[in-house]
Amino acid sequence: MANGSSTVPSTMLQRFRDGDLDAFEALFREHQRPVYGWILRMVRNTAAAEDLTVETFWRIHRAHDRFQPEYPFGPWARRIATRAALDWLRAQRPEVELTAEMAGTLPSAPAGNPAINAEIRSKTALAFSRLPPSLRAAAILAVVEEQPHKEVAAALGITVGAVKLRVFRALRLLRKDLERQGIKP
Amino acid sequence: MNAQEEDRIKQLLKQTLPPVESNAEPERDLWPAVLRRLDGDVAQRKAVPWFDWALLGGLAVFAVSFPATIPVFLYYL
Repeated sequence: MANGSSTVPSTMLQRFRDGDLDAFEALFREHQRPVYGWILRMVRNTAAAEDLTVETFWRIHRAHDRFQPEYPFGPWARRIATRAALDWLRAQRPEVELTAEMAGTLPSAPAGNPAINAEIRSKTALAFSRLPPSLRAAAILAVVEEQPHKEVAAALGITVGAVKLRVFRALRLLRKDLERQGIKP
Repeated sequence: MNAQEEDRIKQLLKQTLPPVESNAEPERDLWPAVLRRLDGDVAQRKAVPWFDWALLGGLAVFAVSFPATIPVFLYYL
């Protein structure tokens, strides 16, 4: 889904637009993994990512008559997934969602640097969870996941400049929060 | 915030929240759950909302209380 390429023929996309359930299932099978992966990056909670993948495809099906078959399905699905994930982030209480998941169930690369101790990580996670969801999403996708700004912008429905601004604001707020917690980054 | 500070915060963030593996996939097949959600949507669309029943009930009570108004209602239908 990253580049919007798809093995699904264009007739399938037209059939999906016309409400064909088999075409929808074929698109689901093709795109469920990248959609799930994208959501997981944003929410960092495997159970929530599964629920939100279902929610995303339900929204996709509901909007099938607005889909334009001449455009790729992947980026469209990703935009809907991003909105679903942002809705979820907004509904969460801050300071809760990240810390539990970070304990280890997430399929992620090893955190690595032993120089950064557990307390600093915990305080950083806390500060991060206090950021507004729109800033958190931009920072996690652009900084942590190192997704190209152009793709982040397309998924969030904003300009590349706005992504950079959100990342900058997120980092500035993080620094201030960490300083309040007694950490000088 | 200067560029050095920005880089340090970025590194700290990456160490705290390691990137998700690119091949992450759901632990179960989500298609049955999508189908259940779609079925629920259809059932919900078929159900008559409570305020429609309330409106119908109100009209019935009104018609019983003032039967002379029934022809007027029928005229405007």
